[in-house]
Amino acid sequence: MPTEKITMPQLGESVTEGTISSWLVNVGDHVNKYDPITEVMTDKVNAEVPSSFTGVIKELSAAEGDTIAVGDLICYIETEGAQESDSLDEEKEEIAIESEDATSNGESMKKRYSPAVLRIAQENAIDLNDVRGSGRGGRITRKDLEKIISTGEVPIASQAQAITTATDNNIPISNKSDTTSEKESQRGDKEIPVKGIRKVIAQNMVKSKQEIPHAWMTVEVDVTDLVKYRNNVKDSFKINEGFGLTFFAFFVKAVAQALKEYPQLNSMWAGDKIIQKKAINLSIAVAKENELFVPVIKNADDKTIKAIARDIHDLARKARNGKLTSDDMQGGTFTVNNTGTFGSISSMGVINHPQAAILQVESIVKRPVIIDDMFAARDMVNLSLSLDHRILDGLVCGRFLARVKEILENMSDKTMNLY
Amino acid sequence: MLENRHRELGLSDEEVMEMFKTMLLARKLDERMWLLNRSGKIPFAISCQGQEAAQVGASFALNREKDYVAPYYRDMGVVLAFGMTAKELMLSSFAKADDPNSGGRQMPGHFGQKKNRILSGSSPVTTQLPHAVGVALAGKMEKKDFVSFVTLGEGSSNQGDFHEGLNFAGVYKLPVITMVENNKYAISIPYERQVASKNVADRAESYGMPGVTVDGNDPLAVYQAVKEARARAAAGDGPSLIEAVSYRLTPHSSDDDDSTYRGKSEVEEARKKDSIITFANYMRETNILTDDKEKLLVDEIMGIINEATDFAENAPYAEAEHALKYVYEE
Amino acid sequence: MPVMTYIQAITTALREEMQRDKKVFILGEDVGKKGGVFRATDGLYEEFGEDRVLDTPLAESAIAGVGIGAAMYGLRPVAEMQFADFIMPAINQIISEAAKMRYRSNNDWSAPITIRAPYGGGVHGALYHSQSVEAIFANQPGLKIVMPSTPYDVKGLLKAAIRDNDPVLFFEHKRAYRLLKGEVPADDYVLPIGKADVKREGEDITVITYGLCVHFALQAAEKLAEDGIDAHILDLRTVYPLDQEAIIEAAKKTGKVLLITEDNKEGSIIGEVAAIIAEHCLFDLDSPIQRLAGPDIPSMPYAPTMEKFFMMNPDKVEKAMRDLAEY
Repeated sequence: MPTEKITMPQLGESVTEGTISSWLVNVGDHVNKYDPITEVMTDKVNAEVPSSFTGVIKELSAAEGDTIAVGDLICYIETEGAQESDSLDEEKEEIAIESEDATSNGESMKKRYSPAVLRIAQENAIDLNDVRGSGRGGRITRKDLEKIISTGEVPIASQAQAITTATDNNIPISNKSDTTSEKESQRGDKEIPVKGIRKVIAQNMVKSKQEIPHAWMTVEVDVTDLVKYRNNVKDSFKINEGFGLTFFAFFVKAVAQALKEYPQLNSMWAGDKIIQKKAINLSIAVAKENELFVPVIKNADDKTIKAIARDIHDLARKARNGKLTSDDMQGGTFTVNNTGTFGSISSMGVINHPQAAILQVESIVKRPVIIDDMFAARDMVNLSLSLDHRILDGLVCGRFLARVKEILENMSDKTMNLY
Repeated sequence: MLENRHRELGLSDEEVMEMFKTMLLARKLDERMWLLNRSGKIPFAISCQGQEAAQVGASFALNREKDYVAPYYRDMGVVLAFGMTAKELMLSSFAKADDPNSGGRQMPGHFGQKKNRILSGSSPVTTQLPHAVGVALAGKMEKKDFVSFVTLGEGSSNQGDFHEGLNFAGVYKLPVITMVENNKYAISIPYERQVASKNVADRAESYGMPGVTVDGNDPLAVYQAVKEARARAAAGDGPSLIEAVSYRLTPHSSDDDDSTYRGKSEVEEARKKDSIITFANYMRETNILTDDKEKLLVDEIMGIINEATDFAENAPYAEAEHALKYVYEE
Repeated sequence: MPVMTYIQAITTALREEMQRDKKVFILGEDVGKKGGVFRATDGLYEEFGEDRVLDTPLAESAIAGVGIGAAMYGLRPVAEMQFADFIMPAINQIISEAAKMRYRSNNDWSAPITIRAPYGGGVHGALYHSQSVEAIFANQPGLKIVMPSTPYDVKGLLKAAIRDNDPVLFFEHKRAYRLLKGEVPADDYVLPIGKADVKREGEDITVITYGLCVHFALQAAEKLAEDGIDAHILDLRTVYPLDQEAIIEAAKKTGKVLLITEDNKEGSIIGEVAAIIAEHCLFDLDSPIQRLAGPDIPSMPYAPTMEKFFMMNPDKVEKAMRDLAEY
């Protein structure tokens, strides 16, 4: 004989519980279906609750005075004859869980920029082509851009197409800009529209100079041994490796090594904190006519002279051919600028925002230098550091430069392996 | 009590037996619905108890093949008399898909069944009265010989639609019979606090129609009043208002506790006039009903109700998405 | 092709439908002998008799409720509310009964009634003879709300409303009654309820509106065309349920959308139109969605200064359209 449960019924539209005021049956009593078994009191009504079954009361699960939630057990009844089943009320709700994966993987929404995304991209000079969207269909969300900005890993426009397009479109038709008489072009003047990469460079430089309090420091380094060393091996290196061995590779190597010892310079300003980066990724400036690119040698501290030389070679070639990818440009933590290429012997670099410092490597020139009270002809080079004075002070920068100087002055075939 | 009052009204013994059977079926169905509510199987019940005599007496005076009815939520006796079955009423109580009133969309008591000319009703009270007037207007325009019959409670006779509808019917002399089932309470408010006139029937005079007050516990008295009203309507003499006075034997609904506003003794007193008892007594006096017959009748009715309950309890609900259907013609 | 006024198109549609179908009848206040306070039912009492053009008691709930009952029986009542402002006593019948009849009876019963009512201001009608009431009914599934702008649309849509098997509210702009004239074919044509209509093709800005404001927009568009501004104008015609497809298409066409109503701004029909555009057209929009509407005050005042301040007119519309074009 099956045992059935009798539960607290819902007595009234908004009622959630009932109190057993008295039992009208005892254990062992025989009851017919619809016979009253208990009196229940609720906020709305007092009512006799009937049995839903014919059978014998087996157990009273609630005492008089107990308040029981609607649907909770009040007693057991052993039923007779045909089995009653309540299962029919249980609607099987098999709701298919619809997978949205199919649509979320696509790129159909990649180029759908919301007004908010366009505004933020424009204000921060972000190339949307280089942003990976987390929204459905690859859509770039406002949050995606906010995240990029807060981590500082802004993909600076390489082709800068998206940004310039957006920027041009947003110039109000009626806006005559801030043209003053000085800026008006005269007859014969040539007007060069500011757009594309030039515009991005301009924006970045303005941002850096407006935001970062720059300070400067220069040291003089004697690289006579290094020059000798490099000149001895450069021809065979070129033949063996297929690309040239520049002085710059040695400077990059020295800077990477010194940064490892002075991580303060390998950091960035993040508003309420300074983030000291673990990876040493050196941005190097590569010029191409009117354009300036800053591709990155990743993990320069782990690399040999040869590996660095190859990176420099590859990145420079890519820059000249317009083949730099956003990946090539991302993640720089410190910039080394080869101003010596242009014959400069002293310059003050503009820090590559949001990095903490930039080092200008000037021309190597033969100069008379007094050593042991005697004149000697030595290969000398100036290293000029620009530093973010919010992050760095003279002391640490002086030590850093001294260390770079020391490494360079001791580079020779005895101390430095190319491979 | 007169001997054989029903014969004087032109009713056969069989017809009287049929009336009583319908009253008893309504009562027993209603009682079952309360039990189902108290067992937690149906969320809501609202009663006809105490008003079966008026509902069934009136219905039997109408042409149940032709006439239209616009019942209110207590009119189980009317809809049973007009062809709705116990099974169908149970389907409605369980909110099952095959409920002919609404397919499980409306609460129980919101009757409607086109094939039996039972107009669909809502919860705001008295809105059905102008509908019945509209049906009567249509019948008159189309020169049909049906009448429309509409019921409501005495509290509802305060609504604007009561007065607007009756006035319209009076102005156009339309074949519509309005029966107010005065059960003395509008939820907790007694008649004295609801209606300023002595009788609801007094309101008829303003609308150019006869108004009569009859004993709502006496099916034959109600039958007679409605029969006369129907004859007037059929003769083109226009509408009538009938007030059938009875007593609501249950709380307003399964959600109401009537002990907060009326005494037990008052209800006990009213039960003595319960038509299920008094009409059975009349039928015994006139030898229509015997103990044996009554037992057979009760057994038959309980069989119908048990079958209807099991059937409805086991019937399927509508699919969830069925909620989207029939907003407009499809 | 015959040219007729807006109100003549109404009378014509009613007459033709009553001739076509004996189940069509009219009920309302003063619609019979007088032919209506605006004379929309002029001549119908004489032609069809008092049984089919009923002068009812002054009781709007009964007009609606009796009409619903007759419709449930199978007739085709056309009820007139003398002014849309006076529809309020009938709201219970319209919303609780007509709108829900088919749904609540699980498709057993229906209430194919048409309720006509003159709405709108600019006629010195003050607070209670000027209102736009459509928004009150525009979240009631089961109802349809038609608000035509031209005599041609009036005839085709009123016929469609009468033949529709569900309740239709048919709001007529009372200032349009004799102001607007247009060609109306003599033949028996029906226009689809629920379909908006492009009243002018254009490339620069999209105007979505209905009723009398359609004409204000068309007038303004001609002026703007002289300045090289090309406006696309969509007439909603049915304001509930809305023709979403047409709204989205019109909004996407130019990406600059102006929505116009004579009603108070907050909670009006055009707010819903704006929501549809916002949901579907984010990447096509070239400007914020603009709304031009009456102020949020209870109704249109009587004094000419204040009435003019409230009322929509071609100048206000032109200014808003030009503003958007220049955005």
